[in-house]
Amino acid sequence: MAIRDRMSGNEAVAYAIKQINPDVMPAFPITPSTEIPQLVSTYIANGECDTEFIPVESEHSSMSATLGSEAAGARSLTATSSCGLALMWEELLVAASNRMPCAMALVNRTLSGPININCDHTDGMGARDTGWIQIYAENNQEAYDNFIQAYPIAEDVRVHLPIMICQDGFITSHAVENIELLEDDKVREFVGTYKPEEFLLNPGKPMSVGPYSVSNYAMEARKNQALAMEAAKDVIIEVADRYRELTGRGFGFFEEYKTSDADYVMVIMGSAAGTAKQAVDDLREQGIKAGVLKLRVFRPFPAVQIAKALAGSKAVAIMDRCESYNTNGGPLGSEIMAALFREKVSTEAVNYIYGLAGRDFTVESVYGIFDDLKQHVEQGKEFDQFRYIGLRE
Amino acid sequence: MSEYNFKEIMNKPERLAPGHRMCAGCGATIAVRGVLRALHEGDRAVIGNATGCLEVSTYMYPYTAWEDSYIHNAFENAGATLSGVETAYKALKKRGRLPENENFKFITFGGDGGTYDIGFQSLSGAMERGHDLVYVCYDNGAYMNTGIQRSSATPMYADTTTTPVGKKSNGKMQNRKDLAGIIADHYVPYVAQTTLTKDFKDLYLKSEKAIYTEGAAFLNIMAPCPRGWRYDTADVMNICRLAIETCYWPLFEVDHGKWILNYEPKKKLPIEDFLREQGRFKHLFKPGNEDLIAQFQAEVDRRWEDLQYRCARA
Repeated sequence: MAIRDRMSGNEAVAYAIKQINPDVMPAFPITPSTEIPQLVSTYIANGECDTEFIPVESEHSSMSATLGSEAAGARSLTATSSCGLALMWEELLVAASNRMPCAMALVNRTLSGPININCDHTDGMGARDTGWIQIYAENNQEAYDNFIQAYPIAEDVRVHLPIMICQDGFITSHAVENIELLEDDKVREFVGTYKPEEFLLNPGKPMSVGPYSVSNYAMEARKNQALAMEAAKDVIIEVADRYRELTGRGFGFFEEYKTSDADYVMVIMGSAAGTAKQAVDDLREQGIKAGVLKLRVFRPFPAVQIAKALAGSKAVAIMDRCESYNTNGGPLGSEIMAALFREKVSTEAVNYIYGLAGRDFTVESVYGIFDDLKQHVEQGKEFDQFRYIGLRE
Repeated sequence: MSEYNFKEIMNKPERLAPGHRMCAGCGATIAVRGVLRALHEGDRAVIGNATGCLEVSTYMYPYTAWEDSYIHNAFENAGATLSGVETAYKALKKRGRLPENENFKFITFGGDGGTYDIGFQSLSGAMERGHDLVYVCYDNGAYMNTGIQRSSATPMYADTTTTPVGKKSNGKMQNRKDLAGIIADHYVPYVAQTTLTKDFKDLYLKSEKAIYTEGAAFLNIMAPCPRGWRYDTADVMNICRLAIETCYWPLFEVDHGKWILNYEPKKKLPIEDFLREQGRFKHLFKPGNEDLIAQFQAEVDRRWEDLQYRCARA
């Protein structure tokens, strides 16, 4: 029987870590993810799990030590946010290129400056080309569920890539909601034990990690990383299917909420999807065929699947909680528009920047966006296809 | 700790295989081989390495010169990386995932760039947390891998590519940082400074102590670089001897807080004897620059006296 409880997103992820009981966790505090290493340390102090915790002196060192322990043959992870992730950037690439299946709990927060501790996706998006799998959660339940699926995806021999489990800072990480937890033994059985084929501490089978590689070899290594990311698509779905059997909770690359007959679809990621769903319910009562495509898996990017899911809609609002300063669109906007073009899906697409640095995003904001789409389609009203919402007037 | 039998020690199997691409006359590989000889037979090791000459020349895909497990991560994080490896060992041992009779030792190498400068924080963190590992700095006094730029280990007045000697410059304007002293101030169990002596006894005994003392240990090994220092490759051992005899590079150790001077020259040689052999100090011997040498000598004397005081006090 599942355990019913109330938890914040940070508590949910820390609880999942306790249940998985990984071998090594180096971490350095940063708001709003600080609670995760604090809670894990408390579990260890109380004998509820026996992970080795390394209280490192920076995030660069937490990722460096995570990579070292993972290479040594230990299941490893860390947690961070914002500037912490930025400081790790070099190490994110090293971890992925060394094919280290370590995990990270990322609690999304904007980056400086100005210094601001609130949510947006600037940190995660900044790491989008580092070779990590990225899975985003809408709420505490998904943060928990995604974390339990993390190692089975990352450690699969077809993948062997690091994985980032993301949740929105404060909105998800600190808000307490109902949650359904699994029993410890079920989690441990689902996740299994880590059995790397090659590792530094393999007695009598020494290995070297982290070579200098000349142009004759380095490009093939990159291609192999890309192939592993492609293979991750199958594995993510297989693991999700297995998780559905265990819990009854189903996951895919994305969730389609009332999209099957929708004229207007909002593509959105993270906690704001809940706001969008509420607005869609309201609009449906007024007879407006609105829907939400909530993206869960951002890396690997399910371009074909997204394009197919949006085919048949009249207009799409693509929501970015991150500015990429290319003057052309946010990360989601750029990638989804490219996907629509390549799959020859013709629908109107508008890219909105919303909720930067914790700016409120409300049900009313969503009404306005769907109204924009409707006016554009029905009355031919022209407006910028890349625009901000929620700015001070 | 074992007695030192030169012949026996030198005949131990090499753990850094020949065929790597380091320069002739390089002090770093001599230092590394010397440290690894101190590993007891049957003990396994994981070797860490900061980015630098040693890394790019010993593990060039698909060839490795390392007989033990080896990990290079990046430039500034050799301390943190090996912290992770050492902690993994603790975790796997605790959980019965490694055979009980298997002993691993953890040794990481970094040049002065990766140790004194960009990797300083990572090193300090690893030392303070007390991981059971040895951090070995092979100090050649500049960023040699990128082409001889100054570091905080570069001695005053050295000619480097970022402190070039010119009409208005006499080379580096600052004195070098005393890293062994700084790590000793972390109050870790064992810190030592050494270099390549003719029988390698000092290097061997200190390496053995560092490896087999429980907790964090730090070795600072002066390892001359023929390209950066500009000496004939055959002279590497003589340069090291002169560094010791002039008291430019004193041999000392700090064993559980106790400062010990390991060698005191019967007659301290003038610093010119050390400087004269190296192209990077050539400008100091031009007429009119006598005061620069005098200043160099004064700094060597000051530090030597300070070290003598610390050791006498203990």
